[in-house]
Amino acid sequence: MAKLTVEDLKKIKEQTSRDTSVRHGFAKVKITVHMGTCGIAAGAREVMGALMEEMAQTDRQDLRVVNSGCMGMCSSEPNVTVELEDQEPIVYQFMDANKMRQVFKRHVLLGEAQTDFALGKM
Amino acid sequence: MREIALHILDVAENGITAGADCIHIIVDEARVENLLTIAIEDNGKGIQVEKVNTLTDPFVTSRTTRRVGLGLPLLEAAARRCEGNLTINSQPGKGTRITTTFRYDHIDRAPIGDMAATLITLIMGNAEVDFVYSHSIDDNNFDLDTREIKEELGPLYMTDPAVMYHLKQTIKTQLEQLESDA
Repeated sequence: MAKLTVEDLKKIKEQTSRDTSVRHGFAKVKITVHMGTCGIAAGAREVMGALMEEMAQTDRQDLRVVNSGCMGMCSSEPNVTVELEDQEPIVYQFMDANKMRQVFKRHVLLGEAQTDFALGKM
Repeated sequence: MREIALHILDVAENGITAGADCIHIIVDEARVENLLTIAIEDNGKGIQVEKVNTLTDPFVTSRTTRRVGLGLPLLEAAARRCEGNLTINSQPGKGTRITTTFRYDHIDRAPIGDMAATLITLIMGNAEVDFVYSHSIDDNNFDLDTREIKEELGPLYMTDPAVMYHLKQTIKTQLEQLESDA
């Protein structure tokens, strides 16, 4: 019988030695990974995995990732919407793990929208 | 869907859309009895009795963006392909439970797949929702309850991507251990 033990959790706590008391600041960037049936079938889970790894490597405290349902553009899934504070949301299409990393590094962190992958402004 | 874990992700997301704040996921590999059972239960708003029988019709969907919803029809097809079935139990105002069965060794039975990735996707993308996961292989099992994790680590930790990364690795290791103990 295995359960996630207190020891496992303490290990996780130690490995993430960041000071999380400051982490819950106001989110400046919201990244929505569309997780409808179409998105999941097209690989949205792997996109989410890549995003999580990239987010774990940055020190930024003001990023938020959410799942949402399909927005109707099923044939271009996986879709990811990136919304920087005070800017219009950009919808990225046909995403995969590699494109997600690029969008994260260039758009989320540096503010440069990757228009090659984008549908256009919503 | 290439993996059953992707179906689980899909159905769990339905429950969250229905307003649930707690999702139970049960993966029961009864290898001795040659039966795989997957159950996903939510405490969302439930489904009216008249509608329950229509849900596996691909042209019945609650979403407004398209007129087709394939999640449940595909899951039912996957179950039936493996001599199993899909049943829906729901009580309006209380919640819904989707149970699917498969003949475990059926040649068409998709692999269960990457449950760690499915769980982390759910946990990370839906911070206000709790997840209770139970995976058994015959007499051994692995349990995960995000309410306990939140209690132990504190709620702030659950939104930390670094914690999510390590949690994913921990779940993966535990599930591999469960498999090798079987």
